[in-house]
Amino acid sequence: MMMWYFLMSDTFTFGAFLISYGTIRFSSNYWPNPNEVFNAFPGMGHANLPLAFVSLMTFILIMSSVTMVLAVHAGHHGDKKGVVKWLAWTIVGGFAFLGCQAWEWTHLITGEHAVLVGNQLDVIGQTTHVNPWGQHVNVGAATEALKYTPHDVLVKLVGMHNHEMPHEHLAKMTDDQLRGMINVAEMHVKETGPVAFGGFFYGITGFHGFHVFSGVVINIVMLIMAQQNVFERRGHYLMVEKAGLYWHFVDLVWVFVFLCFYLI
Amino acid sequence: MEQNTQFAEVTHHHEPSEGTGRIWKTFWILLVITIIELALGFSMYLIPGMPGWLHLFIKGVICILSLAKAFYIVSIFMHLGDEIRNMIMTIVVPLMLFVWFIGAFLWDGNSYRTMRNRYDKYKEETTLPRHEQAGDTTRHGFGG
Repeated sequence: MMMWYFLMSDTFTFGAFLISYGTIRFSSNYWPNPNEVFNAFPGMGHANLPLAFVSLMTFILIMSSVTMVLAVHAGHHGDKKGVVKWLAWTIVGGFAFLGCQAWEWTHLITGEHAVLVGNQLDVIGQTTHVNPWGQHVNVGAATEALKYTPHDVLVKLVGMHNHEMPHEHLAKMTDDQLRGMINVAEMHVKETGPVAFGGFFYGITGFHGFHVFSGVVINIVMLIMAQQNVFERRGHYLMVEKAGLYWHFVDLVWVFVFLCFYLI
Repeated sequence: MEQNTQFAEVTHHHEPSEGTGRIWKTFWILLVITIIELALGFSMYLIPGMPGWLHLFIKGVICILSLAKAFYIVSIFMHLGDEIRNMIMTIVVPLMLFVWFIGAFLWDGNSYRTMRNRYDKYKEETTLPRHEQAGDTTRHGFGG
């Protein structure tokens, strides 16, 4: 019962976050296209696979919600074996989701993208204060900016596409040699994106990830208690039910995070 | 007892005990809705030159589908649908606040954008999505 009211208050917290994101987005003339931001998949290199990885994450979370509801169901029937089994699978799903999110964040933060900053090019990933998801820069402007680009950035730009040459070798070359190796049209140079994008993304998905993590911890506690026959002695599995409510709420929030950040 | 539960677990896969059918049905519904959402998301990405209103319409459909997902999760997985009516109302009625919340704030954001575009022409010029203009290097102001 109180779980429901806690979840309602949490709904307002998440709701407020997502609505502030929506407000900023509505107040901007330009916003990054999610299909261009989230298009990577582990082990697939630079293949353009929009939405694929986040679909997998969504599937993992829905699946873990099902296993949780099956654990609660087993609890109703006083079936300790079933509770333990399905809780264990739910925990596995939770960790799988967290692992996916860790990979996604790492990929976004360490990603190397050619970006026009001021009058020169730079190589950046997505952080809370800068991100490479602005509008496309035309080839003429990018070529002009290449002239003012410093040595270390040139080395990175060449290194992004040329994996045969070791970094030390590139670093020794002159700026003009490096510029000669860069094909501006191939680089798809962009401007920096809306500053708020990174903050909202990491803030909201991070807050959700934190909920997933605490959900996993709660589920582990439930698993241990079930294993120790605590619920058996108590005669009911109501606590598992409450943990289930929390876990489904995490899934529910993801439905809307998924909607706001990845789909539209 | 130990024997009994083990036995129950083994038979579990063959003949689901009462209630799990409903759970799996909900799972399939959620999965299908998610796949439809993804297909719509892809269609926006893959079909270039889609008119703005259609874009908006698809986004609206995706939002409604997400609400449907939320309904299934809350009412079946979280069993809120099985609670007594007054309990449901104490949860759902406060959530009505979101109708105002979302509407008012998105409206506010939009009005901020139109006002800024009206009075800050430089900002409008540098941030409005534009088509590529070869050789034009005057438009680098965005993102500062």
